[in-house]
Amino acid sequence: MIYGLVASALVALGLYGLVTQPALLRKVLAFNLLGGGVFLLFGVVAARGGDPVPQALVITGIVVAFAATALALVLVLRLFQITGAATIAEDETRR
Amino acid sequence: MSTLLTLFSGIAIAAGVVFFLAGTVALLRFPDPLSRLHALTKADSLGLGLIVLGLLPWAGGWFAALKLILVWLLVLLAGATATQLIAERLRGEDPPP
Amino acid sequence: MTLLLDLILGLAVVGVAVWTLAVRENFPAVIGFVAYGLLLALVWVRLGAVDVALTEAALGAGATGVILLFAVVRLRGGRAEIDAATPGPRQRLAAGILCGVVGLALAVAVLSLPDPAPSQAAAVARHLPELGVANPITGVLMAYRGLDTLLEAVVLVFAVLAIWSMAPDRRWGAVPGPVFPVQSNGPLSLLARLLPPIGIVVGIYIAWVGADAPGGKFQGGTILAAMGILAWVAGLWRLPPVASRGLRWAVVAGPLAFIGVGLLGFVFADGFLSYPPAIAKPLILLIEAAMTLSVAAALVLMVAGPPEGRRA
Repeated sequence: MIYGLVASALVALGLYGLVTQPALLRKVLAFNLLGGGVFLLFGVVAARGGDPVPQALVITGIVVAFAATALALVLVLRLFQITGAATIAEDETRR
Repeated sequence: MSTLLTLFSGIAIAAGVVFFLAGTVALLRFPDPLSRLHALTKADSLGLGLIVLGLLPWAGGWFAALKLILVWLLVLLAGATATQLIAERLRGEDPPP
Repeated sequence: MTLLLDLILGLAVVGVAVWTLAVRENFPAVIGFVAYGLLLALVWVRLGAVDVALTEAALGAGATGVILLFAVVRLRGGRAEIDAATPGPRQRLAAGILCGVVGLALAVAVLSLPDPAPSQAAAVARHLPELGVANPITGVLMAYRGLDTLLEAVVLVFAVLAIWSMAPDRRWGAVPGPVFPVQSNGPLSLLARLLPPIGIVVGIYIAWVGADAPGGKFQGGTILAAMGILAWVAGLWRLPPVASRGLRWAVVAGPLAFIGVGLLGFVFADGFLSYPPAIAKPLILLIEAAMTLSVAAALVLMVAGPPEGRRA
């Protein structure tokens, strides 16, 4: 039950980081924190019934989350290489 | 026999935990990175070794015991190499007087 | 006693998560994230989900940490831009309140879960003997929810393709990722020579025992990929160019085997992805072996990134 609360806290923290942090790299990090919380929530619910199905799905989820993170980071790096931007904030000069 | 074994395991694991504790304190208290690294690897290698030693009698069979020892050896190898790499980089940046 | 342990572990996970978000520099944030992943793996062990713990430690902490560090090294500067784009205290407060409400709602939902918990454990256990595997997680991954695992294997292939397509046109067909100088001596070279023989055996072993104990293709494949990455970073192994046929086959071998066996199910069993009971185990082993290879190849390629070296 403690871990259910931990998972809720992680989801809230990850969401907060995703919304408030401007740097794209940090957004990816926060997104992964959030993902860890969601998986844990899933696992806590699964552990109560000793159910292998959600556990198997969490493994699938972790692998897909890694693939998504890898793609996101490549996009961030490419954006940085082309425009030199580390955020997706509106350009000051264009406003 | 089994009480003796429990006593042995207890002492070994407790000693291992003391080493981990010392290593952690050193990580927090030592002034420069090189001595922190030195204290940390020494404490962790020996600490983990003692804990593995304490767990060996309860591993349930030779195969599991061998796996425990293998884990320790791998941690030794990885820990020592990582420390060397960090230390090399530190020396490259800031040569000692 | 165990309650105390859970409490300390739980607080540590949340504490490290806060640190990861709050710290100003990127590098310590990534280190914090790796620590977070490892602590989360311990939580999974406490929940009795050793398979998930292995995956989280290997992929969630290890592999994700490596690609994040690569990104940190390449993303230099931008401090002023980031400071300028940081939302003000009032926006942050509003976001904090909103996220707090989400967290609270989840916590209330967790605390008010029905008792006894609904479970599909019995349904899975009933079918395990037909599959010839003793680890229920592997049973679920390969048969009960086989379609999910197949789709995930395809996701890995797509992710590799998407990453490759980020390359500029003139780099297409070249070697993926940076080319590291050869380390002929020193600690990294020692590790890259000593560890892979052991790691390859351990990786295959973990993929193999997945049928009966915690482990499986994802965890084993990750260890194999780690060995490849180690040899690559030490300059001892040159990655094959993106145009290489062998490399492409390695990436798609797993999904192809999966789809092939799945289609055979139409002919010899009840439909797509259903195994004839007599040879269910050898078929699952065949798919697992091909998938381990593909997972390892896809992971190495995802860490390496788009092709950037000279055309090979």
